[in-house]
Amino acid sequence: MTVSQDAAVQETITPDGRTIGGVLMEMRNITLRFGGVVAIEDISFDIRQGEIRAIIGPNGAGKSSMLNVINGFYHPQDGEVWYKGAIRGPMRPHQIAAQGIARTFQNIALFHGMSTLDNIMTGRLTHMKTGMLSQSVWFGRAQREETENRAFAERIIDFLEIQSIRKTPVGRLPYGLQKRVELGRALAAEPSLLLLDEPMAGMNVEEKEDMSRFILDVNDEFGTTIALIEHDMGVVMDLADRVVVMDYGRKIGDGSPEEVRNNKAVIDAYLGVSSD
Amino acid sequence: MLYREAGDFKVSYQADQQTFPIRFDRLFFWALLASAYFVVPFFINDYWANAVLLPFLIYGVASIGLNILTGYCGQVSLGSGGFMAVGAYTCYKMMTAFPDLNLAFCILAGGVTTAIVGIMFGLPSLRIKGFYLAVVTLAAQFFLVWMFNKVPWFYNYSATGMISSPERTMFGYAITGPNATPAATYLFCLTFLVVLAFLGRNLTRGSVGRKWMAIRDMDIAAEIIGVNPLMAKITAFGVSSFYVGVAGAMIFSVYLGAVEVTEAFGIQKSFLLLFMIIIGGLGSILGSLVGAAFMVLMPVLLKNIMVNSFGWAIDIAAHFEFIIIGGLIVFFLIVEPHGLAQLWRIIKEKMRLWPFPH
Repeated sequence: MTVSQDAAVQETITPDGRTIGGVLMEMRNITLRFGGVVAIEDISFDIRQGEIRAIIGPNGAGKSSMLNVINGFYHPQDGEVWYKGAIRGPMRPHQIAAQGIARTFQNIALFHGMSTLDNIMTGRLTHMKTGMLSQSVWFGRAQREETENRAFAERIIDFLEIQSIRKTPVGRLPYGLQKRVELGRALAAEPSLLLLDEPMAGMNVEEKEDMSRFILDVNDEFGTTIALIEHDMGVVMDLADRVVVMDYGRKIGDGSPEEVRNNKAVIDAYLGVSSD
Repeated sequence: MLYREAGDFKVSYQADQQTFPIRFDRLFFWALLASAYFVVPFFINDYWANAVLLPFLIYGVASIGLNILTGYCGQVSLGSGGFMAVGAYTCYKMMTAFPDLNLAFCILAGGVTTAIVGIMFGLPSLRIKGFYLAVVTLAAQFFLVWMFNKVPWFYNYSATGMISSPERTMFGYAITGPNATPAATYLFCLTFLVVLAFLGRNLTRGSVGRKWMAIRDMDIAAEIIGVNPLMAKITAFGVSSFYVGVAGAMIFSVYLGAVEVTEAFGIQKSFLLLFMIIIGGLGSILGSLVGAAFMVLMPVLLKNIMVNSFGWAIDIAAHFEFIIIGGLIVFFLIVEPHGLAQLWRIIKEKMRLWPFPH
């Protein structure tokens, strides 16, 4: 693997004192079509180590499609995906998960028949290697592995403050907590890159504040790189280091929140263009 | 001591992962197991072995198998009868081709062959789901039964088309054939059930079981989290068919002794197993056993009440039996769609706080 040569050069310190490293993931000229519909057209951007990168845009702009390209659920017709300094060939989503990309979903996609703990333990699956035989005997390797991973899952549970619902089936939890459990499941994989698809959709102000705090803490404590889609502009402007703006499948803006806010094309896309 | 969960605190993750986290449950389980091994064999007679205990033990194995596939991994199968037949005929061919081979080995070979056949029929599950998969497994059921009827090699060219098991012994005791004692066959089947239930429980509580359940609950999310859907479904089909095949081999060799494939392993067996896991509880090893017990015991109980206590004619009692069992199934599905295991869970939750409701 060749590490991007300008990794060291680009290292920067944010105003709040976090270090942002070299390029972790780079999308080059991605085009995604469904038949005649162009969902993403020739988009390039990069995500750097340790940053919080937001993708914003009006409904139907292709943001979720972009996340689906990143975690391998869609395969773009054109363009290259570079991850950790190497070009990524065609891979199945579960192989990409093993490379350290985890995500949450716009509509919660928890495993409803399982408890909170089991859902979070499912996030650990990429770290659990014992085979079927030692699993079936249980005592010995399988139990040891289970206990080690349980300890990690409990750290996530502590971190997200969901100790009291550890054994509750997730179907019974309120919406806000389900979102939190889903974040926990993604975190349990110890991802290098965490994709959040509208983590605050449908939440009230307190829940949004909680979730924002968790996202910042994740980035801070675990050093996880985060790419998130969000519609709440206040949240985006506060959280994100850099923002990509999409509209009708094209990129219309890219830069710090300040730059994006003052970008003419972005303002037009969000507020409309005056006719006179 | 009162039976309850409250106040039973765990201080290590291992203690928290036990199969029976409640102390009373644990003691009860070991007492039950001990009496099953050391008390029942001294009192068992032909009637109890053939009408109640053997069918319960063997169907218990089969319903754990089907529950792994349908309850844990969410893949509906209507081919269990056909898969049982694969186990039975493999066992028969092994017994007749290698007369010196140990019976337990023949039965396990039946399981392994069935696992391979099950994986073959499970391969389409990657592409098709739900009802459509059920139809594929239904095709497996009819195809396998047809094959065992049509190809004489499978029944060693016998004139009747039936297969019958020769006498085989374990540790000097006859297990199959006319000289087998009820105690010996009972202990043989009990050991198979205990070992397979133990293995099944371990598989379903660890990472393999979580992969299966993730596929069942939301396959797309499971794949994005790192579950290989092909491997998860294939292993579920393999393990499940292994259990079902072992059960089929035992039905043939130990329980019935001689079988005709259409009668013993027809579509009604597939439905019987499906009833067992639905009534017992999908996604629960305990539920599989409770469901098997229910479907085996209920007809015997009803027959005893109607024929022996009320003195009704046997044919009328048989008809009533169908009606009552059917009614009970509907009743249970309405009252508790998640099965008897769920009912037990709810009772336990209530007991946690009893006698204070809040």
